[in-house]
Amino acid sequence: MAAEQMSQQTLIRVIAKMTIPFILVFGIYVILHGELGPGGGFQGGVILAAGFILYGVVFGADELRRRIPTPIWDACMALGALLYAGTGLASLLAGGTFLDYGMLQPTHAGDGEALGMTLVEYGVGITVCSVMVTIFLMISERRTTIRRGEEVR
Amino acid sequence: MTSNPILLLDVFLLVLVATTAIAVISVRSLLSATILAGIYSLLMALVWTNMHALDVAFTEAAVGAGISTVLLLGALVLTKRFSKPEPKLHVPAAIVCVVTGLLLIYGTLDMPKFGDPDAPIHTYRVPELVNQTVRKHETAAPRDKGHAHEGHPDDDFNGHVPNTVTSLLAAYRGYDTMFETTVIFVAGVSLLLLLRRRREGEPGVALSSPDQRHADVPEDTGGNG
Repeated sequence: MAAEQMSQQTLIRVIAKMTIPFILVFGIYVILHGELGPGGGFQGGVILAAGFILYGVVFGADELRRRIPTPIWDACMALGALLYAGTGLASLLAGGTFLDYGMLQPTHAGDGEALGMTLVEYGVGITVCSVMVTIFLMISERRTTIRRGEEVR
Repeated sequence: MTSNPILLLDVFLLVLVATTAIAVISVRSLLSATILAGIYSLLMALVWTNMHALDVAFTEAAVGAGISTVLLLGALVLTKRFSKPEPKLHVPAAIVCVVTGLLLIYGTLDMPKFGDPDAPIHTYRVPELVNQTVRKHETAAPRDKGHAHEGHPDDDFNGHVPNTVTSLLAAYRGYDTMFETTVIFVAGVSLLLLLRRRREGEPGVALSSPDQRHADVPEDTGGNG
């Protein structure tokens, strides 16, 4: 299979191992830096996912599933959306309207808004990244069912 | 007008984009088509950068040239390498395409001229958004008191979020972005419901081959690549 063959090629393996940390750091930078420069949760999440998918393409999707089990990806999908809605709910409980970030720090509304937008961007990033990786894991499946005696990851 | 270098660059890039798009639909090798689609996205990212739409360019480069190319390559592993030969011209499809294209061109006649500074997009709302002086809703959080930013205009962003696009997406259109995130989440969940592998022998899941049905321990215990 293509994935197994690819991990046998030294050049691809070395380059992937060298570049993946930088891709991940850049993705995190884009998410964290979203409110200051170009980018944001969506773009950063996609870049993070590209790093994980590169790992999956080079070393095989099973290896990626072994490193980061699928329940973690499933949980992260919900976690990001929950973080976004939770930020809105927190500002609602603090006395404002839904997604009125200023209420997160009522004495310094500007700081609250920066905080709220940052949390929301993290939420978008987590959801986008895990959904993209899940899409990759799903289309890399060979068979639609798990056979008897086969290890489940 | 033709001496405008930005416009010349735009025309050059758009011609390249159109050429690449025609190449994508005309090549039969699916691998070439995938790579050409990536090139198309990269060229579009350059066009967006040329228009100073950096966030859009970023998204186009990350999604179009990055993720979708990788996903298409992943799908390519599971299918054949060449598309089936198809008839050159499908008359009803060609008629629908031409009519739709003509309608779209007719629609652009009402639009302001390219780069017109008096166009509504440059005069209505956008100057307020770019200067971050959008008035807050009366129910929104009050201004900072006794804070370094107290002198700033009473806006939605309080001068804390220099990237206008992010402040628009996260604050001004917060609901919109939240439901976009929900759409992505729902897409992921539907994918899990449709494609997650289930164990053979569970209710509603057939066994893969008849001779395995009575075998207690099947021989095939290997991974599945």
